[in-house]
Amino acid sequence: MNLDKKITDDLVANDVSFVTTVPCKQLAGVIEEIDQREEIFHIPSNKEDEGMGLCAGAFMGGKRSAIIMQNTAIGVTINTLATLTQFYRMPLPMIISYRGELREPVACQVEMAVHTKALLAQMHIPTYHFHWQKDVEEFDNILKYTFMSNKPVAILTDANFWGGYGDQ
Amino acid sequence: MIRSEILKDIAPILKDQLIVCNIGIPSQELHAIMDQPSNFYMLGTMGLASSIGLGVALAQDKTVISIDGDGSVLTNLGTLPTIGNNCPDNFILMIIDNGSYGSTGDQPTYTGRKTDLAGMARAAGCDNVVEVQDVDTGKALQAAIDSGKGTVMIVKCDSGNAKMPVITMDPVIIKDRFMKAIAS
Repeated sequence: MNLDKKITDDLVANDVSFVTTVPCKQLAGVIEEIDQREEIFHIPSNKEDEGMGLCAGAFMGGKRSAIIMQNTAIGVTINTLATLTQFYRMPLPMIISYRGELREPVACQVEMAVHTKALLAQMHIPTYHFHWQKDVEEFDNILKYTFMSNKPVAILTDANFWGGYGDQ
Repeated sequence: MIRSEILKDIAPILKDQLIVCNIGIPSQELHAIMDQPSNFYMLGTMGLASSIGLGVALAQDKTVISIDGDGSVLTNLGTLPTIGNNCPDNFILMIIDNGSYGSTGDQPTYTGRKTDLAGMARAAGCDNVVEVQDVDTGKALQAAIDSGKGTVMIVKCDSGNAKMPVITMDPVIIKDRFMKAIAS
């Protein structure tokens, strides 16, 4: 299965037309796919809280928006999630590279991985974890759930889901 | 002039415009001077007025004015390259630069010393950057609206705040009426 294409197809099918990204090696393929799609305006952010501001604006301007980022970004977006996205009740699918999980080659990534689900739980953010490729079949339902509930929703995608890191 | 005097001065120009206003006293001042459904007040999240405004501008065609401050831009400096590389013609970022963190007690920011926000905006790729003194704000803002070009304004003024009440409007109502104003 081409995961990059499937994720992008589901975004388009759910009328998501504004996507901001802060890159991760695991997410390079899906970012490239999104960048090539005419149906989606792709705007890279310099920091994830900035990206959430862009998404909030685009949503209020009439476009469904989404953010693609690493789980390390949870550490820098707690305030924005609480005081902007949640306080004003806005939907925001967060497609997150879950670094520091099984098959991770970089030890430091584990240090945020062990806090990721706890922080999301503390924030009462609905969270889904894609570990097997077949888990992506849920993505369409998760997007529908996000826009139904008007909440930020996290989709954690780990190295096993993306097929590992090759020879590292 | 201090910020509240500028806001009073330009209120007729802001009428019926889509405005994203910075957190804290700037929003309180705008709310007290001229509340309208097309004002989006930030009740939290320091630094993101420019990002939210840019997002609104990119998603639809009406002119959007983000009223920001020097301290808030300094806390989200990554916004300047994003604006510089993506700025649509309908976005105006008006940075009221009073050289201080007004909402927290007027502690000085670095723009009151060596840091030049206009130079930073230009270096970040923003094409139309104008620097004006407080008394000329209205004229410059009207010119930016009329130009139909994305513009970053740096408005130099004195430090100080007017005493205004805290905004008690529910955030969902702020969002809802703002979205309806955009869609109307």
